[in-house]
Amino acid sequence: MTDNDALPASAPAIATPATADADALLVADRVTKQFGGLTAVREVDLTIPRGSIVSIIGPNGAGKTTFFNIIVGIIEPTAGGVSMAGRRMIGRPLRAWIEPFVWIAPGVLFFVLATLIALAGQDEIGVGVIIVGLVVFAAMLLAAVIRPRWYLNMLQRFGVFRSARPNEMAAAGIGRTFQNIRLFANASARENVLVGMHLKLKSNLLDAFLSTGRSRREEAAAAAKADELLELVGLKGRGDALAKNLPYGDQRRLEVARALASEPSLLLLDEPTSGMNPNETTEMRVLIKKLRDELGISVLLIEHDMHVVMGISDHVTVLDHGEKIAEGSPEAVRANPKVIEAYLGTAAT
Amino acid sequence: MTAKVAAAPRSDWRAPFQKFRDEHHSLTILLIWLIIAIALPLIVQIPPLSTFQPQIVWVDGFAISGIYILLALGLNIVVGFAGLLDLGYAAFFAIGSYTFAFAASPQAITHLNIPFWPMLIVGALIAALFGVLLGAPTLRLRGDYLAIVTLGFGEIVPALFLNADALTKGTNGIGGIPQPSLPCIGDFCVKFSFIDPFPFYFTMIGILAIVMVLIYRLLESRLGRSWMAIREDELAASSSGINTITTKLLAFALGASTAGFAGVFSASKLGNVTPDQFLFVVSFTVLAMVVLGGMGNPWGVVIGAFTLYTIQSVVLKELNQFFQSQHVPILQNIDFVQYQFLLYGIALVGMMLLRPEGLFPSNRRRRELHQETVEETDIAPPTTALDES
Amino acid sequence: MTGMATHLRRGSSLRPILITVAALAVSYAYLGTPQFMNAMTLGAIYALIALGYTMVYGIIELINFAHGDIFMVGAFVSLWVLTVPLGLIDRPINDPAQLTLTLVIVTIPVMLFMGVIGVVIERFAYRPLRHAPRLAPLITAIGVSFILQNIIQVLFGPSPHPTPQVFPRVDVLSIPDINIFDFSIAGGIVRALNLMIILVAILLMVGLQVFVNRTRLGRAMRSTSQDREAAALMGVDINQTIAVTFFIAAALAGAGGVVYGIYFGSVQFNLGFYVGLFAFTAAVLGGIGNTVGAAVGGFVIAFITVIAAQMGYSRWSEVAVFSVLILVLVFKPSGLFGQPLGERA
Repeated sequence: MTDNDALPASAPAIATPATADADALLVADRVTKQFGGLTAVREVDLTIPRGSIVSIIGPNGAGKTTFFNIIVGIIEPTAGGVSMAGRRMIGRPLRAWIEPFVWIAPGVLFFVLATLIALAGQDEIGVGVIIVGLVVFAAMLLAAVIRPRWYLNMLQRFGVFRSARPNEMAAAGIGRTFQNIRLFANASARENVLVGMHLKLKSNLLDAFLSTGRSRREEAAAAAKADELLELVGLKGRGDALAKNLPYGDQRRLEVARALASEPSLLLLDEPTSGMNPNETTEMRVLIKKLRDELGISVLLIEHDMHVVMGISDHVTVLDHGEKIAEGSPEAVRANPKVIEAYLGTAAT
Repeated sequence: MTAKVAAAPRSDWRAPFQKFRDEHHSLTILLIWLIIAIALPLIVQIPPLSTFQPQIVWVDGFAISGIYILLALGLNIVVGFAGLLDLGYAAFFAIGSYTFAFAASPQAITHLNIPFWPMLIVGALIAALFGVLLGAPTLRLRGDYLAIVTLGFGEIVPALFLNADALTKGTNGIGGIPQPSLPCIGDFCVKFSFIDPFPFYFTMIGILAIVMVLIYRLLESRLGRSWMAIREDELAASSSGINTITTKLLAFALGASTAGFAGVFSASKLGNVTPDQFLFVVSFTVLAMVVLGGMGNPWGVVIGAFTLYTIQSVVLKELNQFFQSQHVPILQNIDFVQYQFLLYGIALVGMMLLRPEGLFPSNRRRRELHQETVEETDIAPPTTALDES
Repeated sequence: MTGMATHLRRGSSLRPILITVAALAVSYAYLGTPQFMNAMTLGAIYALIALGYTMVYGIIELINFAHGDIFMVGAFVSLWVLTVPLGLIDRPINDPAQLTLTLVIVTIPVMLFMGVIGVVIERFAYRPLRHAPRLAPLITAIGVSFILQNIIQVLFGPSPHPTPQVFPRVDVLSIPDINIFDFSIAGGIVRALNLMIILVAILLMVGLQVFVNRTRLGRAMRSTSQDREAAALMGVDINQTIAVTFFIAAALAGAGGVVYGIYFGSVQFNLGFYVGLFAFTAAVLGGIGNTVGAAVGGFVIAFITVIAAQMGYSRWSEVAVFSVLILVLVFKPSGLFGQPLGERA
């Protein structure tokens, strides 16, 4: 516990990967994912500078969605890692076997202590120690589940690294939408956005029980903010409609509003215009640009239709069969013969 | 005001009530329970009911049914709000009961003499502690695994109380558990005893009223919204920053603490605890109550629990007596009490097939349970990827 | 079923075999012949039931809580067949040929009957809920479990029922001259009854493997368990395949019920609860969805209970088994032979 000075040097997974660009918001470093014998993503690098719109394009089955799911913490990569704002978030676990000991050990310690005391004839003290031990054990168990900052720091001190979960990635500043819309279908549009605001709300169990002024004010403010966000994405006045009753294009916009509610620094959009008509597609592109220009949110777009991203992207990466085949400015990518070849005969429209 | 009434002439008599309910939700709940508390003992003095059993037996039954209502409300947090199936719920009930037995009974080896009222809270906290101990490692698993782990836990706990007979006196259980006591206010004294069920009855109603208020507040809070999100789409909830495991764990702990509450009350009301009060049938009965009443809707659950308890404790016996006294051919030979669990089983299956939202559903749950699950083709391993740790 | 045969890593099969042999040898040394055979027999019964849990879970991802009760009903149906149509009330059959014939006459109809019951339950209780939220079929399964228990309780009464002892009793067998059933190995007596049960179970399990791996329906089952939609697109009749799965699962549980009754000599309406849970634990231990794992898990659980009894902790055996269940689920939810749950779609 005192050897925290000795460890960091020998714990490469925790150290920040060497990023040339200090301005980078998200850095994916040689991300690889294998499913059984199949390599879905092979050594893909990606850097998203702050305030930029970056796109990943590729034909269907190119590994875009797998890559996306790795970035948001749903799938653990086979190799490589992802850092967010210089902090390593996702990668191969390191010394994961230590973790159970971190939370089991204090409990075991108390039980051994209690047994020794009981053997010494001090039954009542022994029972007391057991009860304290049980509480400590439960607390550590809880910590292992909730993973508060102090617990993670403690793990770090032991050189343990584990990938962040999706909610931790959200807390780190990633908001996302889904390729197949995943709204809370039976909740109203406003409630959907309020769920997205989860991280920004502070009221706890006690506030809820006592219905404190703080929590009531917070709820009222949150509802007002939710309506603002709905207006921003063009759903003004639809707050009370059930999500599942909204038209398709509105559902996509609602997903964006929900993602924005957590005030992300990076917005990941998975085929945000799929299934939309040309009119709606244009609106969505305008919205994306507006988010970047007015709110300063970086955006990562995933698309299989390369025309969608050309006008708005600062930087385009092309994946095919899980590998990066090209990257650069939209114009350069469009002219790249490899890209043309990859798209020929597929969804090149 | 008049303009509003004119605009909606059909609901004019309801409008003031609805307005009051929306503005003073907690107060409304308390008032409803107050009305119930006064009305029930009076209703049972009206003829068909009064012929079944005397008022005092009815009220005693109501006090015990309150235990089941409390259990059902607690299980509803787990099953109805968080969408987790807990089949070992009776274990937390047992933990609450034994906690009070150890803390208060002179016959327990601990020889403590802690009064009822603080133990009501302590029992709930200890049950919640065990809820966390069980839930923390298992809530990462998918839902149906949780069901089986809780089922196992529900079997282990009574088995422990049964087998550790040096501490718990095995099958005999711990007797001599004291009743609650209250200081007299002037000449006005409330005395809890086995003979007079009224103090228990009113205490139970008070507990239920408070628990209901708290549950509704939870439901309308950020936490209630998180539960809704997890039920509807765990991955989307997680991507919105909700720590799904913590949120489920909170439901688990709150449900357990409600059972602990009920356990302390039950131990005091019955005066003894034995392992066979906490068998699987208790968990099953409470689950049937929740499902029948309407998962996710506290008032529905209250009605479901009350109805099932009344059926099992009064109606089935009365049916036996009725058919025997009337010499109805075949029916007089049937022991209806025997069919209690058949009835529950059919109720569960029938409800799930025909009306999964229960008899008294909340609007939201009706919508949820009637939708087809969305096929998840978005990502390769959808929710299961979260189970990995 | 995803893990069925195809997913077993054959390359590393030597180590498990060595471990198994070592574990069996140690247990044999500790338990002695009679208890060892007892554990093997119990393991065979658990394995038969665990297979049903694992098959049903593999194909529709449902923990069929009613499965233990299907086993129990099987035990009662075999009790009925033995006593009513065959009229065997505590009359041991001493002729091996006649005994074998009797067992076949009892087992096959019971298996068929239970299979049909399983299909009926699936058709009316589970199929309508196939697209409902996960909670719904689970709750239904519990309901079905209680319906089955209550029906048997009403028909046969709540107290334990003695089953006819068709096998020659031990006191008869103690006369060496007429004892053609038992023989001794290394000083311990091996009863033919144990051998018969183990043999039946192994035959059924091998039969199942052959069915699953070699027949058209078996292939349909495997493909359905891996990807129902894709299987449907390839022309697999999903409803029929699931019905067949339930038929086989229930028939195996029925066979388990027959041998249980004959072996233990007494059955009770709530028998399915514990035996079912033990068998489920076995299925989880082996890696749910994996038939070989379920069989192995059944034997492991049986050995745990028998060893606990031998050590004088028989009343703690339930606690021990459930602790195993919880520990496995917490630390290795994929079981001994399962693939990681995270990889299951």
